Amino acid sequence: MVDAVGPLIRLAGVSKRYTNGTVALQGMSLDIGQHEFVSFLGPSGCGKSTALRMIAGLSDVSAGEITWPAMGQSAQRTAADTIGFVFQEPTLMPWARVFDNVHLPLRLKGMSREAARNDVMAALDMVGLTQFANVFPRELSGGMKMRVSIARALVMKPRVLLMDEPFAALDEITRLKLNNDLLELWSKNRWTVIFVTHSVYESVYLSNRIVVMTARPGRVVAEIQNPASYPRGPDYRASAAYGRLCVDVSKTLQEALPAAAATPHRTSATP
Amino acid sequence: MSDDGLVPAPERKRDTLATVIPIAVGLLAIVLWEVLVKVRGIPEYIIPAPTRIAETLWQQWPDLWGATQFTLKITFWSLAIAIVLSVLFAVAFALSRWVEMSLFPFAVVLQVTPIVAIAPLILIYAPSTTVALLICATLVAFFPLLSNTVIGLRSADHNLSDLFTLYRASLWQRLRYLLIPSALPYFMAGLKIAGGLSLIGAVVAEFTAGAAGRETGLASRILEASFRTQIPRMFAALVLVSLCGIAIFLFFNWLSRFVLGSWHESELQRDR
Repeated sequence: MVDAVGPLIRLAGVSKRYTNGTVALQGMSLDIGQHEFVSFLGPSGCGKSTALRMIAGLSDVSAGEITWPAMGQSAQRTAADTIGFVFQEPTLMPWARVFDNVHLPLRLKGMSREAARNDVMAALDMVGLTQFANVFPRELSGGMKMRVSIARALVMKPRVLLMDEPFAALDEITRLKLNNDLLELWSKNRWTVIFVTHSVYESVYLSNRIVVMTARPGRVVAEIQNPASYPRGPDYRASAAYGRLCVDVSKTLQEALPAAAATPHRTSATP
Repeated sequence: MSDDGLVPAPERKRDTLATVIPIAVGLLAIVLWEVLVKVRGIPEYIIPAPTRIAETLWQQWPDLWGATQFTLKITFWSLAIAIVLSVLFAVAFALSRWVEMSLFPFAVVLQVTPIVAIAPLILIYAPSTTVALLICATLVAFFPLLSNTVIGLRSADHNLSDLFTLYRASLWQRLRYLLIPSALPYFMAGLKIAGGLSLIGAVVAEFTAGAAGRETGLASRILEASFRTQIPRMFAALVLVSLCGIAIFLFFNWLSRFVLGSWHESELQRDR
């Protein structure tokens, strides 16, 4: 889905080597178009989170280049203004109420509580938590905390939403619910989403492109398109097309794993 | 909390017992003490009866209260100075490894050197005894505050820290909205320790200084009384030191609950 003005994000031969010598990512090349929902799928330690952090500018690139062609010559500084980031944990400030947690990105831009009120409440409305604006994070369930985290990422009206295994720590029921909620939000707003996951089923359900990565050093072994149209829901989860694609993606993932790691490993998620 | 906003009965009972039991044990010990002294006819220059100590407190209240005020003044001023200095140094340490590497070893040296060993030198160089007492008490209270606050400032959630980086927060914003709140539980823990230590520092420094006269604290009263074998007066001053310590402990416990009670694990009241 790379349009005429070029991809929104381009990774060209991007590698990451940590100071202890560990190579987390090797020669990753990828174009991500505007409004795409792309999943990075791979086993733990394959560098998918590292790639996400480098796109966000939170980690330095050891080799290669990350550019934002659709935004002209403007580099990472401008790109950062358009990024919303959701971590694996909700990463909320426990001392601040839900409203203030969501207000944080705007506050850092110098917007007062009053000036930001409408934006914050709109973001909370998107995730269905307006009535919880004045409670502390400890009073919320795991799923609600993650919704607050998503609202905080959305309050800046991002063009790109980077999500680092955001639902991995949640129970299956909450996870399925948040998958649906995320798709609904994305259908309305069409940000570009890069979604890191190690769940085959989640990646197939959510994305229109799945980038399969190998274990360390992480490399892209396949890019698999998912032609299924949106909106997707329980019917799609029960469809033969979904099942087939899950099998294909699983096979690709298994083939990409080193033999020793692949043999005993079974994924526990259910379609 | 129950639905009506009241503390549930079992919890209320537990809280009441937590207050009543220590008071009852204390009263029992005092009664036992009184009975033993009276029955065995122990002279007051060995162990005075609690009623004799209370009588001394009553009779010498103006003098002892003046000394208490002086000790408390040294305690709170030294604590205030220690708070300001430790927070300033902790922020400098947290923001710059170079500053920490340069100065932290000296803070450790101050901490590990017994205050009674430094006090005579401080007494020589300080312009007055009161200033010397302040310096001694400040040195004692400084280190726990410094080390706790440094750890607290370093304990900010790394993902939150990344978020601040992503949104290009200024140093001041990072400090105000992330580092200081993250450090608050650690700072409060340090404050609970330092509150008691500043009282200990004030008393020990006064003992070391051997100060005498009107503008002196409870340690001087204890020393004077021991020279004159006025044992009830020694006990009376000691009771006041203990009461000051208990009051400081309770105040900082309350403060910690007030500041952290709505969000931090250490102070949260949980339903069973």
